Amino acid sequence: MSIISMRNVSKFFGEFQALKDVSLNVIAGERVVVCGPSGSGKSTLIRCINRLEAHEFGEIIVDGTALTDAPADLDKICGTVGMVFQQFNLFPHLTVMDNLCLGPRRVLGLSDAEARARAMSHLERVQIPDQANKFPRQLSGGQQQRVAIARSLCMEPRILLFDEPTSALDPEMITEVLDVMTELASTGITMIVVTHEMGFARRVADRMVFMDKGEIVEIGAPEDVFTAPKSRRFAAFIKQILNH
Amino acid sequence: MKRFLILTTALLLLSGCSSNWGWYVVDPTTKNGWINLKFMASGAYYTIIMSLTAILISVVVGLLVALPGLSKKRGWRMFNRTYVEIVRAVPILVLILWVYYGLPALSGITLNVFWAGVLALALSDSAFQAEIFRAGIQSIARGQYEAAQSISLNYRDTMRYVILPQAIRRILPALGNQLVYMMKMSSLVSIIGLQELTRKANELVVSEYRPLEIYTVLVLEYLVLILIVSAGVRWLERRLKASET
Ligand SMILES: Nc1ncnc2c1ncn2[C@@H]1O[C@H](COP(=O)(O)OP(=O)(O)O)[C@@H](O)[C@H]1O
Ligand SMILES: [Mg+2]
Repeated sequence: MSIISMRNVSKFFGEFQALKDVSLNVIAGERVVVCGPSGSGKSTLIRCINRLEAHEFGEIIVDGTALTDAPADLDKICGTVGMVFQQFNLFPHLTVMDNLCLGPRRVLGLSDAEARARAMSHLERVQIPDQANKFPRQLSGGQQQRVAIARSLCMEPRILLFDEPTSALDPEMITEVLDVMTELASTGITMIVVTHEMGFARRVADRMVFMDKGEIVEIGAPEDVFTAPKSRRFAAFIKQILNH
Repeated sequence: MKRFLILTTALLLLSGCSSNWGWYVVDPTTKNGWINLKFMASGAYYTIIMSLTAILISVVVGLLVALPGLSKKRGWRMFNRTYVEIVRAVPILVLILWVYYGLPALSGITLNVFWAGVLALALSDSAFQAEIFRAGIQSIARGQYEAAQSISLNYRDTMRYVILPQAIRRILPALGNQLVYMMKMSSLVSIIGLQELTRKANELVVSEYRPLEIYTVLVLEYLVLILIVSAGVRWLERRLKASET
């Protein structure tokens, strides 16, 4: 049973077509890694799933609800899809604790104590409970990204989207974030991760998606696509990444 | 600032030696001078109360006008532009006269001088506040809206908890400027007879015939008020900054 179903989705920015007839089904609990050259539409693809971008053609069904302009439909998937951004996008004027509690309090209607308890448990999960009362800019990049992951988790989403979560990080901090993501992957939450971390992809992904020029060029289990890429573009891409 | 005050005082004392000045009208060591000074200073009450009331109203109205200016819908943006352009184009003095003398004829609503002054000042300032808020809100990175949306915050909560707290920190210096400007412009309300600083000074000039001395004291009164306001705004800025570290 698909938790995300995209059928013939097209997305335009003015004249420019960022997604061309993209179809993708993701089943609940699946972990999908999306890769591809810069500008190939990876961000656009996942941003359409949580409606940060509105698609023009085709159909996207998330957890049984078709994404349309109708506010009622968007309410239904409210809290279902979480997202982790390349630039973290923490709220700089709020402490770590308040970053985490805002959604649970205002959207899920949790009491103050409930929200704080939930926030604390997720901070422990991403291994920074001691930073709860700091402001984001007092933390390292790796810590900030883990806070961002915890903030998403506090909404208890069924689907978590990651848009190049380690691309803005110094190399020595990448591992701590990937470790948290790997741990998450073992919990049954549906994950779609845009990343160029091929080691992570091999370890964690159930399926790899390779995009180029707004299209899904190749899709399959990592062991298959890595060892025997079907398209020349993907072969070239892997070669380039691994030599890097 | 201290240096500046010493300099002004020195200048005043120097010129005070010239025979053209008659400081006795405002000399606190004489009975009459003291009474005159107290009379002048009593105008501070309306200057302060009116400016603060007007700025509170204009901040709220300015925000309410700024938000449609950020809308995706053209009609809302048109409303914002029209409001800002028209209100901004009317001279404050003209607006004061219009609200006090024109509004009753038009609507049957008669405001006393205080509320007429507050309304005119607030209305005039709201157009500037709207522009300040719009710029401040626009300066917040798109990622903040996206993060708010990714935890399903609605528009109101996004503005209230995420965007406005950050925007207000950024526009605080500009809001301080507007308050200073408002205090100065409040002197225009003297024309419809509100007993604020300028009106008091004018009345004293009529009875004492010493415009130079009295208006000099008036200048100093505004100077002191505004230096206090500036210090207050800077204190607030520092406090908000400190709360982030
Ligand atoms: N808001 C936008 N306006 C115009 N063009 C955009 C916008 N967002 C993305 N694009 C364009 O769409 C294409 C795909 O972008 P994106 O999905 O961000 O690629 P990727 O994440 O794979 O690097 C790029 O060519 C980009 O320039
Ligand atoms: Mg991208």
